[in-house]
Amino acid sequence: MSIEVRHMSKTFGRFRVLRDVSLRVETGELVALLGPSGSGKTTLLRIIAGLEQPDAGSGPILFHDEDVADQRVGDRRVGFVFQHYALFRHMTVFENVAFGLRVRPRRLRPSPRQIREKVEQLLHLVQLDFLADRYPHQLSGGQRQRVALARALAMEPKVLLLDEPFGSLDAKVRQELRGWLRRLHDEIRLTSVFVTHDQEEALELADRVVVMNEGRIEQIGSPDEVFHQPKTEFVISFLGQVNRFHGRLERGKVHFASLQWETPEWEQAEACPAHVFIRPHDLQVAASSNGQPALSACVQHIHSAGPKVRLELATDGGQKLLAEITQEQYRTEPLTVGSRVFLTPQNIKVFPYPSDST
Amino acid sequence: MQRVLPGFGLTLGLTLLYWSLIVFLPVAALVVRAAGIPWEQIVRTMTDPRVLAALGLSFGGAALAAGLDTMFGLLVAWALVRYRFPGRRLLDAMIDLPFALPTAVSGIALTSLYGPNGWIGRWLEPLGIHVAYSRLGVVIALMFIGLPFVVRTLQPALEDLDPELEEAAASLGAGRWATWQRVILPTLRPALLTGFTLAFARAVGEYGTIVFISGNLPMKTEIAPFLIVVKLEQYDYAGAAAIAVVMLAVALLVLTAIHRLQTSYSFLRG
Ligand SMILES: Nc1ncnc2c1ncn2[C@@H]1O[C@H](COP(=O)(O)OP(=O)(O)O)[C@@H](O)[C@H]1O
Repeated sequence: MSIEVRHMSKTFGRFRVLRDVSLRVETGELVALLGPSGSGKTTLLRIIAGLEQPDAGSGPILFHDEDVADQRVGDRRVGFVFQHYALFRHMTVFENVAFGLRVRPRRLRPSPRQIREKVEQLLHLVQLDFLADRYPHQLSGGQRQRVALARALAMEPKVLLLDEPFGSLDAKVRQELRGWLRRLHDEIRLTSVFVTHDQEEALELADRVVVMNEGRIEQIGSPDEVFHQPKTEFVISFLGQVNRFHGRLERGKVHFASLQWETPEWEQAEACPAHVFIRPHDLQVAASSNGQPALSACVQHIHSAGPKVRLELATDGGQKLLAEITQEQYRTEPLTVGSRVFLTPQNIKVFPYPSDST
Repeated sequence: MQRVLPGFGLTLGLTLLYWSLIVFLPVAALVVRAAGIPWEQIVRTMTDPRVLAALGLSFGGAALAAGLDTMFGLLVAWALVRYRFPGRRLLDAMIDLPFALPTAVSGIALTSLYGPNGWIGRWLEPLGIHVAYSRLGVVIALMFIGLPFVVRTLQPALEDLDPELEEAAASLGAGRWATWQRVILPTLRPALLTGFTLAFARAVGEYGTIVFISGNLPMKTEIAPFLIVVKLEQYDYAGAAAIAVVMLAVALLVLTAIHRLQTSYSFLRG
């Protein structure tokens, strides 16, 4: 079941939370809505579910190319997993999962035996069979999350929507559940959309990532695309740390700091100012100059606990930079706080901007 | 386990001391007093139709009023918590009025409102509905004093009730009615029960508000606390104590039953 929204806008009071958002999710895809807090991700998810009404004048909401904008949430058959799970605390795990089946109109309601079988099968799927008789408050956060998921799946939804599914869990559980959710999705292939503000989570889990900012979609693409071919400055800055320079684009070259760089993709552009972005791992660090043009900087902090060694640097002009080197290089090169190093970019990303803005 | 706040022993000691002085001693005195009454007299008192009618009205009326209060109180609390409307804060402040008014004042106010010539009574009288000097009046008076207990107990519970629960139920296909019946009411049940209990307990013991509006007609609108006063005025201390002990026993029984029901919802905590 594909999902499509066209020209979706939403205003709360005078505050425009969504501005003309269009998005299509293909059948069986797992899509992440990624953006900073307040960018409108949850609102978009809730509009798809029918929990929120879009502004008048918005386009249709299509499930499998059928407009569901006028259907109520209960009729849309969406499995919605709430950030804080919203489990029914007076019901056991079993009853929570059975809820969607028990409230069906009588002629559509499965028999008690069918309900039991279905619920047991779902609890097995989320690996919680042994907790069927517990109450929600007796479960850990990760277990509650899985109950919420089983409950949403019980009504045989056409699409699955998850609001910050790992938002309130600690790091280790997040990591586990992430892998688990990916495997579950590969198994059941239900069209799914989840909201997250964690870029790592989105990049690791999703088939496609929708990067949102201030109520707009900045870019839609595979994790690889949005990471390696960011279309806007926002996307490159949001997906991980990055160094930014002011530069100038002229005749297919960009000049920044003391360096210049060939930019064939901007060959045709008129001379104009530009921002130059370099990821920390794209800055090669050397303790001594090899005669090539390089940025010279001074080491201010070294964070060596981790798979990579992160260096905080300051150029002579006072600009702060981040660089990343391997543990091997750190062990062989004489780097200490205060060392002078020479930086050569391996890869850069240029965004020209009109001279009247910054 | 090392507690952060010390003084469990001290706290318990003080609690027991206060409870003994303020609650236990008077009750014990009552029981001792009643224990001195000849058995036949207790039986005679307890089989007196007038006494039975008064006890029936006190407990029955209190249960009915508390039940109705629980329903209306839920409505009022829901409106106060969930909606924003002009006058909401004023209404919220007014809820406590029955707490604050001397009961005699409430009684007089209700009587002048519902009496045959009262603002409301005037219109009900031609319809054949007599509020003053009838059991209906007693129940209305009991509802008046019981309502704040229900509203004030339910408000925090409703504020705690996450709207996401309703959204979850709706997304799972539950209609409005199913959501109320299967999700909201069960979640609120402990608070509803507490509110009911408080309103009931208050109503059983109520005296001042009722005596004006009820007219205290024996066998009809006479409540047990009033009958106790009547007996005292006739120097029938034994009779008064006998009724009192029965009231105490029934009240204890009811409160214990409700308490046990309440603890069976312990899973709602946490
Ligand atoms: N019901 C609401 N009433 C008013 N403002 C809201 C409401 N829901 C969300 N907002 C506002 O809309 C903005 C976007 O919210 P949301 O969609 O939750 O963003 P995100 O999920 O990206 O954090 C936020 O600034 C939030 O304060």
